Amino acid sequence: MAKAPPLEELAALYGPHLNYTPAGGWQGESSRGSETLVKTHCCFCGQQCGIQLKVRDNRVVGFEPWEDFPFNRGMLCPKGVKRYLQGNHPDRLLDPLLRTDSGFRKATWDEALDFTARRLRELQTKYGRDSVAVYGGASLTTEKAYLMGKFARVALGTRHIDYNGRLCMVSAGVAYKSVLGVDRAPNPWNDIACAEVLMVVGANIGECAPITTDYIWRARDKGAKLIVADPRFTPIARNADLYLPVRPGTDLAMLMGMLHVIIRDGLTDREFIATNTTGFEKTAESVEPWNPRRAAEVCGVPPEAIERAAHWVAGSRRTMIMHARGLEHHSKGVENCEATVAIALVTGNIGREGAGPIMITGQGNGQGGREHGQKCDQLPGQRSLTDPAARAHVAGVWGIEPDDLPGPGYTAVEIMNAIHSGEIKGLLCVCFNPLVSLPEANFTREALERLEFFGVMDFFLSDTAAHADVVLAGSLQEEEEGVTANVEARVIHIRKAVDPPGNARRDSEIVCDLARRLGKGKYFPYHEPREIFEELRLASRGGLADYYGITYEKIDAQKGVFWPCPTLDHPGTPRLFEDGRFFHPDGKAHLMSLAWRDSGDPVDADFPVYLTTGRVVSQYLSGTQTRRIGALVDQNPEPKIEIHPKLAGPLGIKTGDWVTVTSRRNAITLQCMVVRTIRPDTIFIPYHWPGGRSANRLTHRTLDPRSKIPEFKVSACRIAKAAAPGGGSSGPGGPS
Amino acid sequence: MFGMEFYVDPSRCIGCQSCLKACEECDTHRGVSMINFDFVDRGETIATAAYVCWHCDNPTCAQVCPADAIKKYEDGIVGSSLKPRCIGCSNCVLACPFGIPKLIPENEQMMKCDMCYDRTSVGKRPMCATVCPSQALAYVTPETIAATRRQKPVNTFRFGNQKITTKVFMMAPADAAEIAIDVADYTWEGEHEVVPQAF
Repeated sequence: MAKAPPLEELAALYGPHLNYTPAGGWQGESSRGSETLVKTHCCFCGQQCGIQLKVRDNRVVGFEPWEDFPFNRGMLCPKGVKRYLQGNHPDRLLDPLLRTDSGFRKATWDEALDFTARRLRELQTKYGRDSVAVYGGASLTTEKAYLMGKFARVALGTRHIDYNGRLCMVSAGVAYKSVLGVDRAPNPWNDIACAEVLMVVGANIGECAPITTDYIWRARDKGAKLIVADPRFTPIARNADLYLPVRPGTDLAMLMGMLHVIIRDGLTDREFIATNTTGFEKTAESVEPWNPRRAAEVCGVPPEAIERAAHWVAGSRRTMIMHARGLEHHSKGVENCEATVAIALVTGNIGREGAGPIMITGQGNGQGGREHGQKCDQLPGQRSLTDPAARAHVAGVWGIEPDDLPGPGYTAVEIMNAIHSGEIKGLLCVCFNPLVSLPEANFTREALERLEFFGVMDFFLSDTAAHADVVLAGSLQEEEEGVTANVEARVIHIRKAVDPPGNARRDSEIVCDLARRLGKGKYFPYHEPREIFEELRLASRGGLADYYGITYEKIDAQKGVFWPCPTLDHPGTPRLFEDGRFFHPDGKAHLMSLAWRDSGDPVDADFPVYLTTGRVVSQYLSGTQTRRIGALVDQNPEPKIEIHPKLAGPLGIKTGDWVTVTSRRNAITLQCMVVRTIRPDTIFIPYHWPGGRSANRLTHRTLDPRSKIPEFKVSACRIAKAAAPGGGSSGPGGPS
Repeated sequence: MFGMEFYVDPSRCIGCQSCLKACEECDTHRGVSMINFDFVDRGETIATAAYVCWHCDNPTCAQVCPADAIKKYEDGIVGSSLKPRCIGCSNCVLACPFGIPKLIPENEQMMKCDMCYDRTSVGKRPMCATVCPSQALAYVTPETIAATRRQKPVNTFRFGNQKITTKVFMMAPADAAEIAIDVADYTWEGEHEVVPQAF
């Protein structure tokens, strides 16, 4: 709907307030020990560390490390340590909310759901089925993600459903699918500790996947070489044997330079290429002009360093290349990842212990949440929505006609564009905070204000939810059973620890209730998540992400099951491609021609500085949850701009100064840190904050043409010292 | 936990502060973190260091305490000050060569790492070393450390003329027998006598 109510008034009621102490206080209830310890997983990030939640009187009062869970063996980052404080939170939505002229009022579930169903039906009747869209999220359990896909396509009959994973790793997903035939990291994490050469490209592992650090250090202690490519000297770069200070947006030049050297110097695995791949000539031809000198001129890494990295990577049969958002958040994110996979393939480093390219998926259920139908072009099991056989299979499981399944719809940013242009009139949003997480935040705000109906399901009133007509009070991860797939594609069991508080309800209950009110209740008969999972097993059966052989009990017994797992007696598949066969019909990996493109927001005389964005260790994504946990906010109370002294010095900027950053979209003013740990031509701003502190006010909406990921990792900007907070900040809003 | 020792390796530290956050979840001092954490010089480097108390064999903090409030237990763990005895004078805070003890004004008491006594005394690992994502803080057997780390554990430290041996180990380059941080430790002034404390 319309504009958000005054934020100050909302903040008094809905926060963010900071929760520092467990339920009952440090010395009170929580210190009496727990009635039960619930073995489950951390909700913050794709590592999905095992953790035990302490539960007393239906409240989560603390945690205990889960040392027997093999992936993290008790290790947790600060987000995991403090995750339990999102429960019993004063900001928690305990009732559905309906919008009033001045803010929100509590509503009954009947009121809220009847209103939601009525408005969705009205819009679809007036403007057509595709005039409403659904946003899902990759922090949902797999059951919920599956349910959202089915809800959009069966209950609403719209083709427009996409999810916030579109802002995460989709470039890697597209690249792995196009080259290897499947969207999954091919290796289990234990392989990292067995590698002899580790190349980490665009992945701030110490802050964004902290417990993976130990895997890397274990490899180093066994003598492995570590190569780190990043515009910033990240915590793990401190121990790198070779640090490549790649300029933002130019990873592809560096990677093509490495491929050039590997081919030029005859370091390829010719037999593997001939037997197991197609298209090598295309790749070789495309990198031929990219000699190290030319690559260096583009990417700002010395030619000798590119040569050395190429020689190290090709010189071992146990090389792993790890990458994350730094490689993927680009308008050529897919090519970046294809080049990375190509380096692994042409050196024969795949399908064995300690050898392979791996993407480090970022969101809680980043892997599982993208496999079962909430992507705009996919059906459960990583099936294609345009494949007639896939449509027939899933329609059969769902009890509908294949022709009734809508076709592929818009991706996340395209949905927001269509809202802005008036093509899409209604939006139902779950587990997604686009006002903070989409690029060019002011465009997103304008779009939200144009919606004729906006419904949000969430447990806190997110910055986006402030714009909603109705807010459905949903559940935290620990309030509903389900599964997720961690970064290794290990399907794990999320156990329900407590019931949703007050009148909040389990997410899946809310969705099923809404489907009933839309007249589609017979397709959503579930009482428990387990029933959804049983259907998901059938829907995914025979697909790439085949879950048919996975049950909750098998997950518990094995401490996770790696998909594909096609039969009940199948142990799961920790490592892909061990037989040399890839998942394309011809069994080969398909090497691609690589082509250079400039960034969508190039630096020039007016905007001469590169801006790159990313995470800090104590915050998660748009901060809806972590900006409410005191200890995590204390660690990073505000976003700080990182600036190199060579850039800061001539402008008279010192640590602690306020600095205005202006891009072609907008300007924000934040305090800075002057540090030698970033390229002198680049600044960094973490993106977890809203309003005048939002890095995404500066970023641009250029998309990768294939993955449709926004180019968060490189924008052009200029900087100037500001007199005071807010000084020089332009555009509506201001700090919030 | 039988046979386990505590190892600190700042070269592994990624500065995530998980130890700092987990420490205050420990039942003996709920809500108060006993971890010592520093950014070495953030302008120049990303380097960080997290420490626990080193649990000296002959603890300086206990020696200087006028109230006899700091005790070393039989298993070598040096505890926080005993609340009924501590007078909050900060002698220990000033004297500890590692800078570990903290005066907690709200509690009117010196508190410091007690190696999660409630946990380690019943066979659990300390909270910080259990959660540490980089295992810069590790609580494992000496055999495990020898088998898995390139560096070597050292528990002898020199501070000028004060030589200290500790229960907790620092991971050091494989050829280092002890850790010395004072130029005086490298100078030769004749056969000086090593004294166990500097006062």
